[in-house]
Amino acid sequence: MPSATFQVQRGGAGGGRLETYTTEVAEGMVVLDAVLQIQAEQAPDLAVRWNCKAGRCGSCSAEINGMPKLMCMTRLSDLPPGKPILLQPMKAFPLIKDLVTDVSWNFRVKKMIKKFKPRPPDAADGTWRMAQEDVDRVQEFRKCIECFLCQDVCHVLREHHLFEEFIGPRFFVHVASLEMHPLDVEDRREELKKADGIGYCNITKCCTQVCPEDIHITDNAIIPLKERVVDKFYDPLKRLFGRWRGKK
Amino acid sequence: MPSYDTHTYDVLVIGAGGAGLRAAIEASAHGVSVGLVCKSLLGKAHTVMAEGGIAAALSYVDDRDNWKVHFADTMRGGQYLNNGRMAELHAKEAPERVLELEAWGALFDRTKDGRILQRNFGGHKYPRLVHVGDRTGLEMIRTLQDHGIYQGIAVHMECTITTLLKEEGRVVGAFGYEREKGRFLVFFAKAVILATGGIGRAYKITSNSWEYTGDGHALAFHAGAELMDMEFVQFHPTGMIWPPSVRGILVTEGVRGEGGILLNNQGRRFMFDDIPALYVNQTADNEEEGWRYTQGDKNARRPPELLTRDHVARCIVREIKEGRGTAHGGVLLDISWIKKKLPHAEDHIRKKLPGMYHQFLKLADIDITRQPMEVGPTTHYIMGGIRVDADTQMATVPGLFAAGECAAGLHGANRLGGNSLSDLLVFGKRAGEYAAQFAKENKSVTISGEHLDQYSREALRYFETEGADNSFQVQADLQDMMQDLVGIVRNEADMLRAVEELKKLKERAANVRVTGNREFNPGWHTALDLQNLLTVSEAVTLAALERKESLGAHFREDYPDRDEKSGKFNIVIRKSEEGWMELRQEALPELPAELQHIINEMK
Ligand SMILES: Cc1cc2nc3c(=O)[nH]c(=O)nc-3n(C[C@H](O)[C@H](O)[C@H](O)COP(=O)(O)OP(=O)(O)OC[C@H]3O[C@@H](n4cnc5c(N)ncnc54)[C@H](O)[C@@H]3O)c2cc1C
Ligand code: SF4
Ligand code: SF4
Ligand code: FES
Repeated sequence: MPSATFQVQRGGAGGGRLETYTTEVAEGMVVLDAVLQIQAEQAPDLAVRWNCKAGRCGSCSAEINGMPKLMCMTRLSDLPPGKPILLQPMKAFPLIKDLVTDVSWNFRVKKMIKKFKPRPPDAADGTWRMAQEDVDRVQEFRKCIECFLCQDVCHVLREHHLFEEFIGPRFFVHVASLEMHPLDVEDRREELKKADGIGYCNITKCCTQVCPEDIHITDNAIIPLKERVVDKFYDPLKRLFGRWRGKK
Repeated sequence: MPSYDTHTYDVLVIGAGGAGLRAAIEASAHGVSVGLVCKSLLGKAHTVMAEGGIAAALSYVDDRDNWKVHFADTMRGGQYLNNGRMAELHAKEAPERVLELEAWGALFDRTKDGRILQRNFGGHKYPRLVHVGDRTGLEMIRTLQDHGIYQGIAVHMECTITTLLKEEGRVVGAFGYEREKGRFLVFFAKAVILATGGIGRAYKITSNSWEYTGDGHALAFHAGAELMDMEFVQFHPTGMIWPPSVRGILVTEGVRGEGGILLNNQGRRFMFDDIPALYVNQTADNEEEGWRYTQGDKNARRPPELLTRDHVARCIVREIKEGRGTAHGGVLLDISWIKKKLPHAEDHIRKKLPGMYHQFLKLADIDITRQPMEVGPTTHYIMGGIRVDADTQMATVPGLFAAGECAAGLHGANRLGGNSLSDLLVFGKRAGEYAAQFAKENKSVTISGEHLDQYSREALRYFETEGADNSFQVQADLQDMMQDLVGIVRNEADMLRAVEELKKLKERAANVRVTGNREFNPGWHTALDLQNLLTVSEAVTLAALERKESLGAHFREDYPDRDEKSGKFNIVIRKSEEGWMELRQEALPELPAELQHIINEMK
């Protein structure tokens, strides 16, 4: 059977070292299969998160040859053949051990966002009516599997560590899913500008590129949110911008 | 004495899937303090993987639907072994529970007039499954999670409970460890709810993740609670089979609900060849009628692909055994054929089944809008579990509650698709409500440090054992054994062998060698989970031996037929004084006349 070589980052916060493992590979194998095989056969204490093995739970995020990806959706056959495959944990978050990082910050951030607040029911039986077209737009955001790969790649978090001032692309998607929800009547623009730090995003679109759910994070979530914020807060640039585009 | 990180709550919920989250939300709404523990991160439990939908008789798509029809469908699907009261409560309360999700922000697919759209699924007479494409579970768990985080529930992620604490004959808390550092945790609670999900990791070919090791079943058993119906393990008819690395990953029944058909290697639609007597009246007798049904024609009957899962799985096994399977040992599931019937069929498929489209394209190089999928049965769900009171979800030990997949009763001998997600909501809520009530009526009790030290020693002993195997090897051997000997088609000789094998595996499991230290060490975690997996495997095997008949998901080739006495009892399991697994048959409770009347009416 053919085999492949992996260089896996091992160790905890104290320091990472690369360990080399060679393991047999079969047709169709994904990176996670290889990691679990290495774990079962060579390194039972190799720490890794996974659940669904089908790109649905967002647990198995890691950096494969330096690219933030889901290990369960990355086929070995899509990686350069014959070369060792480099596996590292997400860099933006504090390391726990091996491929596992401390992503608890994300769970704390979510709690700060104002919760869903629906308008009063439309019908006497307490239900609402919504058109599929209106739902479609928000369903795109609700596809998010909270893999946090977009957070990992965003330079505001990864390089500038602005964890206290910036909620990151995942949570702009979340805010967008609430703000554009056909039933929601809450206003989150003030926080977006201040606590959420949307201004730090300079639309590099790195987040969109890594999203395994193909959510158009920048075009469909962040930019419309920025526009909403601008609408609310007087902004001379926006007036200029608006005139250029000849809108409104 | 080592010191333990100790937490005290009124209600402790173990498990953060749909059932656990719904229970936690309800308990906290009743004004008690709630702790919630789960093995993975929040939002990653199995519920997130559910695809097809939530069954609820909202009757938005077909106004002939109502709770009675849903009740009768559930009972028929379960071969009448279900707990009638649970099936009644489930059918009555599911619609309200779904609407509540909408009020909490869930966005389901819509009908033309803006209401919630419902789809067809196996064994459901009318289109009943509330869904979002094929990612319904994600919508449900995220809605519960995003509602729950504002309720003041204390969440302990990546913590595993290894023992329930008992004092004065009732459950008073739980003991476990957190994965990150391997430190032990003690939870004291006036009531404990188990919502730990299933046991699918007992089998090699499975749609279930590493978490599904039957922990709740085993915890309850060791705490003296009764288990019931453990012989009924659902093998979903359609799992992926090729390439090998994806074997077992689920292919939603929604594919068949949208018109997908099953073919053998000769291109024959074999599901028409064998239609069970109980369903003849409700099944299409030609392909045209079946197609019309999937497209919402109210006068058409369902195609045989949408018969119950136990039956479809066995038909697939038959085709493969008799040499009509594909090269990789499966059959074909084809949705691309609807091109012949629908304009823009390719877009339609991508819209209705985006997850499946993506999954096959990415993992198997198959474009399902153009090519058939290769599928075969995969271990999916356990109908059996902790025996509970139908109304309150309390187990047979006071202070202990159970809801969701780890509880028994609703599904009888076979679960209908979509009835699990609704089960989680209906009985999760009930468990939360009654556990909160129990907590208000009872005092908290602490437990001596000696006991706790014993639990920690038991958990740590694997660092000192000197066995030849690591925990993954023993787990893999157990999975192979269960797959071969206690799988879809069972017989006495195989299962007696399984009992012997289990003894050997237990010995090996007691001595597995763990390397490394306590910090985030999957080898150690698997060693601990393995003990639970062995307990539930034993329960499944002994119950399957005891039931000398074929019923629902339990098929005995040495007792293929049914007779008058078939399906008249439940098998109940308990831990004996000496620590053995004790089995007894218990006659089915009689159904109240009104419920029996509904069943007769809908026959
Ligand atoms: C691929 C797939 C598709 C499915 N599709 C559908 C569908 O379309 N419709 C439907 O109705 N059903 C479906 N099902 C079934 C349904 O999803 C599950 O039965 C259901 O989600 C189980 O929910 P639960 O809340 O009982 O448990 P889970 O969601 O599995 O949650 C269990 C929780 O318990 C925790 N836990 C377990 N042991 C411990 C321990 N020792 N200590 C602490 N925490 C613990 C876990 O970490 C987890 O949080 C599907 C199942 C699968 C696998
Ligand atoms: S587009 Fe904005 S949020 Fe996305 S990676 Fe770039 S800076 Fe970060
Ligand atoms: S938006 Fe995309 S990349 Fe970001 S967490 Fe969600 S699924 Fe992952
Ligand atoms: S394991 Fe679930 S996304 Fe990879």
